[in-house]
Amino acid sequence: MEVIRIPILKIENFLVASIQTALHDVQAMEFKDNLLQQIYETKAKGVVLDLTAIDVLDSFVGRLINDISQMSNLMGAKVVITGLQPAVAITLVELGLELPQVLTALNLEKGIAALRRATGHAVYGRG
Amino acid sequence: MAEAKVITIKSDLDIVAARMVARDTARALGFGAIDQARIATAISELARNIYLYAGEGSVTVRETSNGVRRGIEVICEDQGPGIADINLVMQDGYTSSKGMGMGLPGAKRLMDEFEIFSKVGVGTKVTCRKWTR
Repeated sequence: MEVIRIPILKIENFLVASIQTALHDVQAMEFKDNLLQQIYETKAKGVVLDLTAIDVLDSFVGRLINDISQMSNLMGAKVVITGLQPAVAITLVELGLELPQVLTALNLEKGIAALRRATGHAVYGRG
Repeated sequence: MAEAKVITIKSDLDIVAARMVARDTARALGFGAIDQARIATAISELARNIYLYAGEGSVTVRETSNGVRRGIEVICEDQGPGIADINLVMQDGYTSSKGMGMGLPGAKRLMDEFEIFSKVGVGTKVTCRKWTR
């Protein structure tokens, strides 16, 4: 089975990954492993996970995003998800899925800003 | 009415296929973007349950009508182990040992009608419908 790799880009101290296709499970698990490995290799302080192109997010992928965030936190990197479509946000809440580990922002730009703030706090310990 | 579409669920790829068929059918019936997402997400949960707990089964998507409105009907069937306590799995917050995919109460909320029949050792059948507004 062909697994399309989701590109992970580096900007400043952060990684940016934009998920552009409906993820199947194997792809989603591969992405998790790749992302954590990239965090380790690049010593990234944060990750933006852009979900602008995602139009269906079920509990499996939701939990995976939560897990990725928790694992990244353990490694010292914050995760922010950006670009959730209204239909996806509505469906997630109605489905009853919570993402307690995950920071969110409206778009990529605000996501980077949120990471700067979050990692600034972590490094300097002041608001 | 259009013919029913049957998707055999045998791998995680089929989960994606089932929700795409559900979404395309919903779009063709005139459901709005948010209802399309609700339907696709509910079917994703149900197809995943088949894959996780029964290993194999089928999802049937078809157009239906209640005399007043048009709608979509989705039947998810398997000959898996079945569910011993349906009331338990329909509770919010309940997760089985596999800890994922048990989105039954969530799927019920996303659809308008939801019926589940299950017998241990025989299998599980979920029928759900959503009506156009």
